[in-house]
Amino acid sequence: MRIPDKKLRTVVLGYVLSPLGHAALEAAITECARRDAKLLVINSTRADRTVDKNYAFSDDLATLHSILQESGVTYEVRQFVSEQLASDDVIEAADEVDAELIVIGVRRRSPVGKMLMGSDSQRILLQADCNVLAVKA
Amino acid sequence: MDNLNMLMEGFATAAQPVYLLYALFGVFIGTAVGVLPGIGPAMTVALLMPITYSLEPTAAMIVFAGIYYGGMYGGSTTSILLNTPGESASIVTALEGNKMAKAGRGAAALATAAIGSFVAGTIATVLLTFLAPIIVDFAINLGPVDFVALMVVAFLTIGALLGGSIIRGMASLLLGLFIGLVGVDDTTAQQRYTFGIAGLTDGIDVVLVAVGLFAVGEALYVAARMRKGPIEVMSMGTESGNSAKWMSKDDWKRSWKPWLRGTFIGFPIGTVPAGGADVSTFLSYAAERKLAKGKNKKQFGHGAIEGVAGPEAANNAAAAGVLVPLLTLGIPTTATAAMMLTAFQRYQIQPGPLLMETNGALVWALIASLYIGNLMLLILNLPLVGLWVKILQIPRPYLYAGILVFGALGAYSLNFALMDVGILLVIGVLGFFMRQYGYPVAPMVVAMILGPMFEVQLRRGLQISQNDRSALVSTPFTWVVYGALILMFVASFFIKRAQKKMESVQLEPELEESK
Repeated sequence: MRIPDKKLRTVVLGYVLSPLGHAALEAAITECARRDAKLLVINSTRADRTVDKNYAFSDDLATLHSILQESGVTYEVRQFVSEQLASDDVIEAADEVDAELIVIGVRRRSPVGKMLMGSDSQRILLQADCNVLAVKA
Repeated sequence: MDNLNMLMEGFATAAQPVYLLYALFGVFIGTAVGVLPGIGPAMTVALLMPITYSLEPTAAMIVFAGIYYGGMYGGSTTSILLNTPGESASIVTALEGNKMAKAGRGAAALATAAIGSFVAGTIATVLLTFLAPIIVDFAINLGPVDFVALMVVAFLTIGALLGGSIIRGMASLLLGLFIGLVGVDDTTAQQRYTFGIAGLTDGIDVVLVAVGLFAVGEALYVAARMRKGPIEVMSMGTESGNSAKWMSKDDWKRSWKPWLRGTFIGFPIGTVPAGGADVSTFLSYAAERKLAKGKNKKQFGHGAIEGVAGPEAANNAAAAGVLVPLLTLGIPTTATAAMMLTAFQRYQIQPGPLLMETNGALVWALIASLYIGNLMLLILNLPLVGLWVKILQIPRPYLYAGILVFGALGAYSLNFALMDVGILLVIGVLGFFMRQYGYPVAPMVVAMILGPMFEVQLRRGLQISQNDRSALVSTPFTWVVYGALILMFVASFFIKRAQKKMESVQLEPELEESK
């Protein structure tokens, strides 16, 4: 894992373990190459449920690393247990590295579903200080 | 045969669409709570106790029996796919089942667990059908001192075997007996341990204790260590095409004998008060490990299908076995059985030797619904594994908030008194500390139910003999029972040792994973 140099421009990716997350990963790699920026991948869990589909385990992490290595971009993967929502973790990380762009995957959700469950993507879109690239799978 | 006629009548009742729906509801809820770690059938039956106000007895008992059976099925799913037993009777399943899932044979493990549970559940229900009337014929002749002897056995074995440590089990049991004493004494109408508080005169309802210990205590315990997990879910291993799905011919060949052996280990252990289903799974696992030969033996510890088939069959057979003393003697031997007995009492039905005579239709409909429930579980379980894993994605705050609200509502609905909710919370805090320090809560609940019954029989026995204490060991039946008790305690030491050994084996893989 290469530690990103502070002066380089940074793209932050909110990574989830799903086809959507993979699409967002591909888009983030393309953006990094285009902007000559490094990539910061965030994958966090609140650990408040027995099964969290979005959290990457060792096998999945290995796949993630190999994809990133192959792409040739400078990258860092941060995986941790957090007490906040995943969206807050992404925004916090973006603030910290003064990110140029945040990449997230967004999925379709019915208005009722959004009302009940909230939306991490929406929170990021509204609260981020930088541009946000919303990838649709 | 008369019994068969009664059973057929039971089927006629249980097969009515509305009862089928109740059975479906029961097994569905049962499987769901079986899947969720920390939430078991005993707590669910306690939480659902308010349905006894609106449902008729047959419907309620069918729901409760469905929950009981469903819990046994559900536990295996999490054991196999997550290495996290949903309830205690599935701990052994995780040993081999999770290894099988890691090797990409999760579907086969789930299938042998479900089919084995079905086979064992059905055979055990047949045994229950034929054994229960025989025991009733015998039990009708039992006097108070005989019941005292039986309950002494029940107390001691439950205290000693439901949990890791005998002393802690006994402490929990005595606490339950004490809480059972609170209220007005039935024989002399004197108040005991009420401290002049009007709300305590009626005693503390067992539902409060059960919900407090199982639901509130568990919720506090989980809240105290909430950020644990997530746990990796093993895939079912069915991606490589349909041929790898479910069980191969070899799997069948290796499974059917453990199923049968598990059944005949599980059923007797369920029948005698020996700690319910858990012990039978350990015994079955040990037996399969001993009996396996050659290549199969080497597989133990790396995902041997026998190690899933046997214990899963045993725990379902034991679940049916537990109903034998419950329906024929009125003696519950597990926390869930204690809750079912409470449900009977809510309907002013006292389980005991006379139950089959006075409420024959209800009992036989219940037994018939067990057959139906088993079949439903087999059909439900395999295709719906995805759904059960989804249930595990519910964030714990939502889940436990729901349980707490439900529990508090249930407590309030008992007498519409706020006092009961207060007692519930106090017992919940007690339950938290019991969990925290390794005291099993099940003996407490069983003791609360059995205690007052024990007292009535003991005092009746002593009144008949005019306070001659030697009357307690005066009948041949009591000699047999106390003799068996001594034998059982000798045997239990060996079982415990085998169990300890296996638990230490099971801990190792967990440690590896936490690295």
